[in-house]
Amino acid sequence: MSILIDQNTQVICQGFTGGQGSGHSEQSIAYGTQLVAGVTPGKGGQTHLDRPVYNTVREVMSDMQVDATMIFVPAAFCKDSVLEAADAGVPLIVCITEGIPVQDMIEVKAYVDACGVRLVGPNCPGVITPGACRIGIMPGHIHQPGRVGIVSRSGTLTYEAVNQTTQLGLGQSSCVGIGGDPIPGTNFIDVLKLFQADDETQGIILVGEIGGTAEEEAAEFIQSEVNKPVVAYIAGVTAPAGKRMGHAGAIISGGQGTAQDKTQALERAGVTVVQDPTQLGTAMQSLIG
Amino acid sequence: MNIHEYQAKSLLKRYGVSVPEHTVVHSVEQAVRAYGDLDLDRAVIKSQVHSGARGKAGGVRIVDNRAALEQEAKDMLGVQLVTHQTGPEGLPVNQLLIEAPSLIDRELYLGAVVDRAARAIVFMASTEGGVDIETVAAESPDKILTCTVNPLVGLQPYQCRQIAFDLGLVGQQVRQLTQMMLGMAQFFVERDLSLLEINPLVVTATGELLCLDAKVNIDDNALFRQPELRDMRDATQEDARENRAAQSDLSYIALDGDIGCMVNGAGLAMATMDLIKLHGGAPANFLDVGGTATAERVTEAFNIILSDENIKAILVNIFGGIVRCDLIADGIIDAVSTTGISVPVVVRLEGNNAELAREKLAQSGLNIIAADQFSDAAIQVVQQAQQGAQS
Repeated sequence: MSILIDQNTQVICQGFTGGQGSGHSEQSIAYGTQLVAGVTPGKGGQTHLDRPVYNTVREVMSDMQVDATMIFVPAAFCKDSVLEAADAGVPLIVCITEGIPVQDMIEVKAYVDACGVRLVGPNCPGVITPGACRIGIMPGHIHQPGRVGIVSRSGTLTYEAVNQTTQLGLGQSSCVGIGGDPIPGTNFIDVLKLFQADDETQGIILVGEIGGTAEEEAAEFIQSEVNKPVVAYIAGVTAPAGKRMGHAGAIISGGQGTAQDKTQALERAGVTVVQDPTQLGTAMQSLIG
Repeated sequence: MNIHEYQAKSLLKRYGVSVPEHTVVHSVEQAVRAYGDLDLDRAVIKSQVHSGARGKAGGVRIVDNRAALEQEAKDMLGVQLVTHQTGPEGLPVNQLLIEAPSLIDRELYLGAVVDRAARAIVFMASTEGGVDIETVAAESPDKILTCTVNPLVGLQPYQCRQIAFDLGLVGQQVRQLTQMMLGMAQFFVERDLSLLEINPLVVTATGELLCLDAKVNIDDNALFRQPELRDMRDATQEDARENRAAQSDLSYIALDGDIGCMVNGAGLAMATMDLIKLHGGAPANFLDVGGTATAERVTEAFNIILSDENIKAILVNIFGGIVRCDLIADGIIDAVSTTGISVPVVVRLEGNNAELAREKLAQSGLNIIAADQFSDAAIQVVQQAQQGAQS
């Protein structure tokens, strides 16, 4: 078991023939991912990386089963690409691109929710189930099939947590980068729910950062719904006080958003919060052995 | 990105929000001419800097005659205005806003922001205008009214009427506020704003609603499709090093410490600063070199870090991931030798070929310390900075 994706997940790539899309598709194929086709408008009918290229997502769907798409198109066109995938009914949309305007994400989030499909990202490293399926840009080789579920707002900090759990032999069930944008498609709670229900996941590592109230909301959820051990780290204890915009945003949500607030909320929910990000792995090991 | 009050007011006016009659001037001569054009005795002069709290800092003055206006304009132009939001250096005053004064009956607050929790634009209003809204939120949160803009249908007039009645507005004011809020919502969406504040929004002695001061933040990610707003950028109001970094696609924020940091990824960069602090050091900056740490970017990052004279040591913390660490090591060695860095550089590289990278760094003959692990790197750089401070 794992969450979201496994060895049978059929994946397509939007922005397949571009530099990033091409390079990471190649790595995902090498990792063993069932990457079955790509989409680049205007290049339909061609073959790339031994896979067929289609003009539209709908065309791929009429030819084969598609369980997930990974999106590498430039930020200016991302809203269009996510909506295309949602409209075609792709159940899992993973958007790697960073720099998408927040107004676009407000519309996209409302739209994908209405379509009943799941968006992970944008501005994230993607989703991986070690040894089975890689959708995104993470270095596959540091992962190891195992028992820890990792969910994170930061890319490179996810790799730190992965590396530590691999070196300790704990491994990972699945890892989900939800991305650092103000309006993510999937939040901590969505992923915590999945990890809680997944038999293979024995412990959960949550990597948060300052800004917003996603960690506080996660803490409330953990308190009532999660009975697996959770270890967390919040980046940004020493970051200077946020710009005014951040404050104004936090006003509505009751003035939360600092690392201290988040740490306290998580600790109240029984989460082990480490001050040193290099202790994530050992803290988890002491909880699940 | 921020814009000036006069730019915000000219945009608001286009979206149907009433603002006082005003002119922006760059010189004393222009100020005198603008005063003549207003054809009033009293006028308000406002320093145009990217900061609030200008009134308390002496950046807003009221004059009754031409001679006084000339004198005040001379005093105000060309100075560095220091407010409690600008930091000790202040910001340069290159422009003044000359405005007709308003007779004020009530001061209100009206703002809109992208709210993460609601995943939507949220309007906020309060009867407590003219003061920091953060203070109101902290001391009397019940005095803040909010309404959420549904992304699928947009702001509706009934929501605006609700706010108007809750603010105690009457008669034509209800209609006026509705028009104003609908205009603001259109402005917010069309121009990719992340924050729009009118504070204070005043009710004048004659019962009209008027925007006396405005603050606008624009979503940096959307500047590519907002050419008019992009042209409003005033680089004199921004940190020169941050701008220079942005031109190389590096994200940089200056801090007060003496340990320079170069890291890939925003989360890891924050974690690096946290770990330095945990081990007793003080980070001099936040710097994210991004996913592709090429030799050029690393060199430029070193140059930006070293333009801060307080630097006693530098920590490079890169989780290579897909990029080969030995190539990053080559880039670091190249950058350290060409930029002639005199302070010690502690380097932690993790990922592909990390062993080979450490060997290369150790054999470079340069003042580079190759650290094994993240914690080890933080401990070492703090020690190096402390030794540097003593010598």
